[in-house]
Amino acid sequence: MTARVVLAQGADIPAPHIEYGQLAPMLLVFGVAIAGVLVEAFVGRSGRYRAQVPLAALGLLGAFVWTIYLAAQDKPFHVAAEGAIGVDGPTLFLQGTILVLALISLLLVAERRQPSFAAQASALPGSEAEQDAMAAGFTQTEVFPLMMFAVGGMLMFPASNDLLTMFVALEVMSLPLYLLCGLARRRRLLSQEAAVKYFLLGAFSSAFFLYGTALLYGYAGSVRLGAISAQLSKDAGSDTLLLAGVALLSVGLLFKLGAVPFHMWKPDVYQGAPTPITALMASCTLVAAFGAMLRVYYVALENLRWDWRPAMWGVAILTMVAGAVIAITQTDLKRMLAYSSVAHAGFLLTGVVATSRDGLSGTLFYLAAYGFTTIGAFAVIMMVRDAGGEAAHLSRWAGLGKRSPLVAGVFAFFLLAFAGIPLTSGFTGKFAVFKAAIEGGATPLVVVGVLSSAVAAFFYVRVIVVMFFSEPDADGPTVVSAPATAAAVALGVAATVVLGVLPQPMLDLAGHAATQMFVR
Amino acid sequence: MNDFPWLSVLIALPLVGALVVALLPSARETLAKQVTLGVSVVVAALALVMTSQFDTGGARFQFEEKYWWIKQFGVHWAVGVDGIALTLVVLSVILVPLVVLASWDEAGRSGGVDVPARRSAKTYFALLLGLEATMIGVFAATDVFLFYVFFEAMLIPVYFIIGYYGGAQRSYAAVKFLLYSLFGGLLMLVAVIWLYPLSAKAPSAGGVGHGTFLFSELSTMHIEPTTARWLFLGFFVAFAIKAPMVPVHTWLPDAAAQSPAGALVLVVGVLDKVGTYGMLRFCLELFPGAAKWATPVVLALAVVSIIYGAVLAIGQVDLKRLVAYTSVSHFGFIVLGIFAMTTAGQSGAALYMINHGFSTGALFLIVGFMIVRRRSARIADFGGVQKIAPVLAGTFLVAGLSGLSLPGLAPFVSEFMVFTGTFERYRVPAVIATIGIVLAAIYILWTYQRTMGGPAAEPVRAMPDLSAREKLAVAPIIAIIVAMGFFPQPVLDVINPSVKQTMVRLDRHDPAPKINVAENGARP
Repeated sequence: MTARVVLAQGADIPAPHIEYGQLAPMLLVFGVAIAGVLVEAFVGRSGRYRAQVPLAALGLLGAFVWTIYLAAQDKPFHVAAEGAIGVDGPTLFLQGTILVLALISLLLVAERRQPSFAAQASALPGSEAEQDAMAAGFTQTEVFPLMMFAVGGMLMFPASNDLLTMFVALEVMSLPLYLLCGLARRRRLLSQEAAVKYFLLGAFSSAFFLYGTALLYGYAGSVRLGAISAQLSKDAGSDTLLLAGVALLSVGLLFKLGAVPFHMWKPDVYQGAPTPITALMASCTLVAAFGAMLRVYYVALENLRWDWRPAMWGVAILTMVAGAVIAITQTDLKRMLAYSSVAHAGFLLTGVVATSRDGLSGTLFYLAAYGFTTIGAFAVIMMVRDAGGEAAHLSRWAGLGKRSPLVAGVFAFFLLAFAGIPLTSGFTGKFAVFKAAIEGGATPLVVVGVLSSAVAAFFYVRVIVVMFFSEPDADGPTVVSAPATAAAVALGVAATVVLGVLPQPMLDLAGHAATQMFVR
Repeated sequence: MNDFPWLSVLIALPLVGALVVALLPSARETLAKQVTLGVSVVVAALALVMTSQFDTGGARFQFEEKYWWIKQFGVHWAVGVDGIALTLVVLSVILVPLVVLASWDEAGRSGGVDVPARRSAKTYFALLLGLEATMIGVFAATDVFLFYVFFEAMLIPVYFIIGYYGGAQRSYAAVKFLLYSLFGGLLMLVAVIWLYPLSAKAPSAGGVGHGTFLFSELSTMHIEPTTARWLFLGFFVAFAIKAPMVPVHTWLPDAAAQSPAGALVLVVGVLDKVGTYGMLRFCLELFPGAAKWATPVVLALAVVSIIYGAVLAIGQVDLKRLVAYTSVSHFGFIVLGIFAMTTAGQSGAALYMINHGFSTGALFLIVGFMIVRRRSARIADFGGVQKIAPVLAGTFLVAGLSGLSLPGLAPFVSEFMVFTGTFERYRVPAVIATIGIVLAAIYILWTYQRTMGGPAAEPVRAMPDLSAREKLAVAPIIAIIVAMGFFPQPVLDVINPSVKQTMVRLDRHDPAPKINVAENGARP
């Protein structure tokens, strides 16, 4: 492995050598995305949905199976594609997680009983064209190839072994998401506003990322993470370039995971986007962003940790506290979950700060556990509907526990998991990262973490109070349990219970994935 | 039968029962009640059979089971009971069927204004069984992580019971209860996690580099004093909230006023004992040095709790709040006994936990019967009950007198032991605490006078006396209170070996001249 890296950096220009077998999961998802575009172009409107859903599902499933195959092989630790892509334990774990979560999100995206997507994106909101499209019973199917592109980008983002590849992955992941955010069927203006905000802020953050990459290139003479690390251990080069580069790069990464103070987009986007896409972003994008974050900080900047750790402490504390405190005042469930996601990003950052094998495996586990629970929670939000679509305002959920105890009970369970009550996956995850942080000497951070958990518990519990302890409205929302959404909820519940009660196999998997850390 | 997994079965059985009851169709309410009662009686019978096999001269922890649960975190499913835990388990399993019996008709019915007219009784009983499982689990856990899991899981059924079946202010009370407990629990979580790397480093425990949460290994570990103090605080705050002690007691009166009386028996009678039990088991044995360091402050808080709780109890106008404040006072006594760090004090405190469970349990049950009849918990709404419902008034009097520690009733023995045990080492707190007895006489007797004595008011006259079902629910508790008032020795025999262990771990010896705890009261 080392020999190849050296060779790749050598003076000779070697013939490009691509390990197609090891890149197959990503290539498969991208291939399916392109095939999806072709389906849009060549298949008649009536047949598209029937073609797109199996295509996407099989693509994700195939990629997942291939990922497992790669992980089960003896030596999965390689730097592939001329050192651009790392194929190692943590990456395969992250990719597997993303693929499974994307499959569950696909259930929500493909839900036809209660479509979430605009009839025709090009028809202006409120226009005659829109009414025609609605009357004709159209529903967008472009979402499937767009989603596949986004998922492909997400797979590549944490695998990127150099900063330029990472930037490309970031864009491949983000651009389709910007579009997808604007495709909500109801409250389309809000949705489009969210898309524009996300796009503008996302473009800014990408620019930061790129600028940081440039400065780091100036420092190390290479964009490869391993080369930056090597330069750091030599203690050569300009510190100014290094620190400025790291700072700018971190802004780009922290933006994607919604850490304070770069979290502004999250509530608006989570609220405005179609709920299946919100679920996709809250789970898969978070996993991908944390994967990239971990790789950059654990591989390239490991030797710089005495410099970035204090800053990361600050960001983690701000993120946990601000996320938990601001969430208290929210009255819209999707916004509330957005701030809750901010707070959880803070908890996850404590695992990053730990900079240890336990920190890595704890973060990996937390990401998987949180992803399942959050998709389930958004799926429940999709189920509770009134005349205007989803009834996401908290007051509309009053007395839901009386009207449909099962759905309310499931949602309460998800909330308790978010709050980190034992015997749910949320507790196991928190325990794992906090344990790693304490072992890494970050006890004050953990104290702040549990105090924010206590604050966060307040707003989770408030929703339970509204659902169970208040009287239902006469014209309250109805619960529509469409099969695909219900399946997503059931999977979310199952994962939350299993990872809470019997987390051992998953912890072993995460621990095994983290044994060799990231390749360089 | 010694290999029989007693404790796991005792934990699993109510849990299965809860699931069965929850899955019954809503229309089959009577069946739900019968199943709940059946399960709780079977659990109680099993627990009593287990108790009969407990060897007071044997190992400290008995009926032990140990399996890996989460290897990655060094967590075991480890259960086992010593004398103190065993008596608390028995307390829980005896109270549950009686509570089920007492709430037979009331559970689904509303208890006042501003609450839904009809609520699902089925869910209430399922929650009760769920609570029973976690109560047994929390006392049986010998792995600190497992203890924490039960400690937190226990909140959920109580939260729903208060929030769903409580009075007009129920959601406020439920949220307050949950947030207080959760806050304390999370502080404890930090301490629990902190133990892991410490145990990994300790040469005595686990092995090289592998942490553990087993109580048996953690309790032999030496922790550096400053760290130990922080850890002690993490645990202690959680337990003080649970117990509850002044100044973190304010959730209890609210929870008590809103909670249905049946569940209240378990909340105050058993659940709060987890606080004092935790102090005795974890605060003292895991961090003996830090416990000694904190003793002055803890004793002061305990004395404040005794006096302040009693004074506030006198001023209450609501029966349930009144009993709640008397409990704050009683928990002060228990904490006093624990932190006196004498054999008599700790045995007395451990016994007090049991006695208080029965005596307050009886009080809450009877108060519950009164509230159901009068549809009000205000003391002023009663009066003259004695003539109308003599059995009700009589049981109330016995339960009340046990609350003020009348000789011949169970709490007297334990309170006396706490006093003598504390006096041996800390005279001033013991002397001040005696004021609590005088105040207890005021709050109990004055309450009796106002509710039971005097002329009967118009609405009281139609009050029926206790039904057969209600008598059946109260009679066993009254019998236990009287029996343990005269023969506390069997229970003390079970408790004492564990207390001796704690004293050894604390490296404390009773100040000379020694007293014989067996003959409590017979001071040389």
